[in-house]
Amino acid sequence: MGMTMTQKILARHAGLDSVRAGQLIQARLDLVLGNDITTPVAINEFEAAGFSTVFDKSRIAMVMDHFAPNKDIKSATQCKQCRTFARRFDIDHFYDVGTMGIEHALLPEQGLVAPGEAVIGADSHTCTYGALGAFSTGVGSTDMGAAMAAGETWFKVPSAIQVNLTGKLRPYVSGKDVILTLIGMIGVDGARYQSIEFTGPGVANLTIYDRLTICNMAIEAGGKNGIFPVDDVTRVYVEGRVDRPWTAFEADPDAEYTRTIDIDLSQVDCTVAWPHLPENAHSAREGKDIAIDQIVIGSCTNGQLPDMAAAAAILKGHHLAKGVRGIIIPATQSVYRACMHEGYTDIFLDAGCIVSTPTCGPCLGGYMGILAAGERCVSTTNRNFVGRMGHVDSEVYLASPAVAAASGIAGHISHPEEVVSK
Amino acid sequence: MNAHGTVHKYGDHVDTDVIIPARYLNTQSHKELAAHCMEDIDKNFIHNVKEGDIMVAGVNFGCGSSREHAPVAIKASGISCVIAANFARIFYRNAINIGLAILECPAASAGIDNGDEVTVDFDTGVITDVTKGTTYQAEPFPPFIKDMIAKGGLMASLKDKEVTK
Repeated sequence: MGMTMTQKILARHAGLDSVRAGQLIQARLDLVLGNDITTPVAINEFEAAGFSTVFDKSRIAMVMDHFAPNKDIKSATQCKQCRTFARRFDIDHFYDVGTMGIEHALLPEQGLVAPGEAVIGADSHTCTYGALGAFSTGVGSTDMGAAMAAGETWFKVPSAIQVNLTGKLRPYVSGKDVILTLIGMIGVDGARYQSIEFTGPGVANLTIYDRLTICNMAIEAGGKNGIFPVDDVTRVYVEGRVDRPWTAFEADPDAEYTRTIDIDLSQVDCTVAWPHLPENAHSAREGKDIAIDQIVIGSCTNGQLPDMAAAAAILKGHHLAKGVRGIIIPATQSVYRACMHEGYTDIFLDAGCIVSTPTCGPCLGGYMGILAAGERCVSTTNRNFVGRMGHVDSEVYLASPAVAAASGIAGHISHPEEVVSK
Repeated sequence: MNAHGTVHKYGDHVDTDVIIPARYLNTQSHKELAAHCMEDIDKNFIHNVKEGDIMVAGVNFGCGSSREHAPVAIKASGISCVIAANFARIFYRNAINIGLAILECPAASAGIDNGDEVTVDFDTGVITDVTKGTTYQAEPFPPFIKDMIAKGGLMASLKDKEVTK
């Protein structure tokens, strides 16, 4: 029986000719990732177990992004613990304030992930790198600590759902709308323990940034990973970033999928996930009666330069509605700099928004935009759970940068067409 | 290995943000984490929970963030076992890694009510609702998981492997 793309990558990393769904394997890892929340716990486990060496100092990445620049003394203490560990083991890819960006935007940008590689990260959105044709998945801190020592970990080989894409996205519609639509179709546990493998002629019509956003939220459908085939779009992105050899894996023609879902990209509209689950998908056109207090544009889901460009295109020449706060967070230092060079920063400031240094901050209710009881935010982040961005009686509506920008101008959830045509 | 306690029951898709909100992730102290366990959906949980109690929930328990602080907070609050219809995969892995007993059993998840007195036999996978006089059969841990928990979790078992190399 044939293997899926994910199964082929796992087989190669386990040193096996083939694997099947459900099989338990021990796999070699190309990269082990942690952030300032999960790494301290991993370090504690690593040290309590008495390890004195890391498996490869060039294959561990630590990114201080969640509560950094540090929001309080406890957060500062956690970052200090990571810094000390990184210095002790001479970790090559330690990203602190000044070089750091939001981890899942930063690692692809810096060429730390290549097609065909196997990556684990102590952060659930590690599944983002499937956009590059890599296998990557989120784990906990103990798994990270063990993997820093051993350079390998165990996996249960996942079965897969095939998402067959056709057609081309319409104006203002992006990867975010595709993934919110898909989660709306299959639910927040629709791909539990499974791979989501994207295939079909529509793949070529999606940018690498659309694919990063789509794979980023595979976890919000319960998926172990999301993955795209490697094509010219991937090659153009990877060239000049990755200087080591890499392998493009392809699913076998007779690979087994538990189900196939067809999505015609031309039929996808701007989509918003209502509170309090990412599966509560609605058309952005249904939001006229939902007044908002804040927009957040950024995060590992939508903090890349094309996301900033999409927001700037809508906000140009407009101002946020009275009473709406706009928080814009470019995901990395290079995105931040490009926003200045491209004139986006001026557009954002003229519209009444603030522009922050990279941080995960508001997405997980850390800082930099916490909501009070009764407040509503349209956010380009990935989760709208109870209390995710602040008070348990606040509400988060998940959307694309274009929809968040349009909603900020309108003062209620809005489709970009409703704002731009005025 | 057995558990015996009063049930604290929750619904479907209990996410790790409500198990332990991110605003408390600036600490690694098990005690501090436990003090805020479940507070965004059940402010009374931490005041009502007793050592050895059992948590029962619906589908996709522990979805969302990979924070290991979530199973740690549940374990440190005194909960001896979580029974759910099924679990989100990162939570499942984390729970085993830190030694929090978990069992998948859709029938028990549906039949057991909040406040029931329940016993669990981990060797056989038999769950007994003492209050109602009903029993349920869950899949017991496979041998390699039992071994990992017996050795005190993933790190201890890895260390054991290192020594015997």
